Amino acid sequence: MGIIKAGKLAFEYIRRDDEGNVEGITRAIDDVDLDIQQGDFIAILGHNGSGKSTLAKHMNAILYPTEGTVWVDGKDTKEEKYLWDIRQNAGMVFQNPDNQIIGQVVEEDVGFGPENMGIPTKEIWERVEESLKAVGMYEFRKHSPNKLSGGQKQRVSIAGVIAMHPKCIILDEPTAMLDPNGRKEVIRAARALNQVEGVTVVLITHYMEEAIYANQIIVMDKGRIEMQGTPKEVFSRVEELKRLRLDVPQVTLLAYELKKAGLPLPDGIITAQELVDALKKQK
Amino acid sequence: MLRDITLGQYYQTDSVIHRLDPRVKLMTTIVFIISLFMVKNFIGYIVAALFLIGIIKLSHVPFQFIIKGMKSILLLLIITVGFNLFLTPGEAIVSVWKLTITREGVKIAASMAVRLSFLIIGSSIMTLTTTPNNLTDGMERLLNPLKRIKVPVHEVSMMMSIALRFIPILLEETDKIMKAQIARGADFESGNLIKKAKSLVPLLVPLFISAFRRANDLAMAMEARCYRGGENRTKMKPLKYYKRDFIAYGFTGFYLVFVIAIGRVFFIL
Repeated sequence: MGIIKAGKLAFEYIRRDDEGNVEGITRAIDDVDLDIQQGDFIAILGHNGSGKSTLAKHMNAILYPTEGTVWVDGKDTKEEKYLWDIRQNAGMVFQNPDNQIIGQVVEEDVGFGPENMGIPTKEIWERVEESLKAVGMYEFRKHSPNKLSGGQKQRVSIAGVIAMHPKCIILDEPTAMLDPNGRKEVIRAARALNQVEGVTVVLITHYMEEAIYANQIIVMDKGRIEMQGTPKEVFSRVEELKRLRLDVPQVTLLAYELKKAGLPLPDGIITAQELVDALKKQK
Repeated sequence: MLRDITLGQYYQTDSVIHRLDPRVKLMTTIVFIISLFMVKNFIGYIVAALFLIGIIKLSHVPFQFIIKGMKSILLLLIITVGFNLFLTPGEAIVSVWKLTITREGVKIAASMAVRLSFLIIGSSIMTLTTTPNNLTDGMERLLNPLKRIKVPVHEVSMMMSIALRFIPILLEETDKIMKAQIARGADFESGNLIKKAKSLVPLLVPLFISAFRRANDLAMAMEARCYRGGENRTKMKPLKYYKRDFIAYGFTGFYLVFVIAIGRVFFIL
């Protein structure tokens, strides 16, 4: 069994009017089956309201399934006795960097998670140092988070999660509020964690360029999993993606249009280098 | 406007006072404030002033910096002095129109002015030399015994440190909303006081909504990082007393005894 597994997962938001009567039920997640292996880099794509954030919140026991089950590291998220184990094993980074930094100094914020877990003081310092180094923010450890850029703040948030030594990190649109440079910094940090430390990364995003680094992409729409596969497999289905109101990476789109115009290019080109190589072969 | 208040602003430098344990500084400040209200004669105030000057010298905080913080209470000071000066009954010295200055009034007004300014200076020294985080930590530890009678000490200090962290963020947000509303033709400048207060409504409503949203997000982020209150929580920077802290406690105790003694001695005379 993988690190995160979901079976027949469904989740309903119940809307109520002022008197508390049920006005309507929105099925945010509908019949989702998932199996994420240790060490995977998964990207979850989908436009607004596709249920991707709701799905992410199930992986950290912030939300509980209406139907079905989610297991994190083999533990059922619905069981209260596992709650803190699950939250420690599946760290979560949220969208707004300002609203998730608790400390007034970078190092204190990174230490917040270990403090909550009751780690001895000496080990907290070791963990803080090692996590700040892992995201390249060690020289900023004495700074106030208010003076950092968005990308730096998100890296601090990631360090704060790593300091808890999770097996898996869920990033819920961590780059949505950042400029292009900040986005690159954050994605680089997430990839390094995955490759160097072997941490499972679940990246929720609507930037296709970020998804190409994943070893598996899950595309969601209306609470269901619409597509699943490697970036090559998913991005070769340009028509389908367009129907789901999703973009494809620019290079992929260019290759697709060229192919439509008559050039015999292979499907699923996702990097500029691949396109260059394929075009060279044309001669 | 809010940025000018020195009270609660940390002055970054290295000094003995900066390095003291926050608990020592808190206790000393409390003792100092109590001593101000026990002093009943001129000599007592001189002792308090010497104590204060000594600490300021030790703290390496420039004197102008402390005086700047006083500006915010200038109005309060003037009102207090004015009321005491004119409204204390007793032996009249000067009488203009309906206002009479009495001998007792002058005495009380002067001691009030000295007390108030010493009080503010004393507490700003504490906040100038202690980071807000240290201060809340110190407060949490000092109030720890109150946990027995179910006072949520940890929760209160956590709230305080979060509030401190969000002050600059909310200030920035206020600025943003203000600019957005001005761009749509809102007027925050002209009109009388009532009109000005009313014009703040379109500023405060979005600010509150966003503050609540932030609070909600933050609570979720804290829970996601295993926050479950003060139980079984360890500290990254635990407070520890060093030799200098005990010496400081000694000094404070000595000062208190001295002030009481002076009051007694001169009372007898």
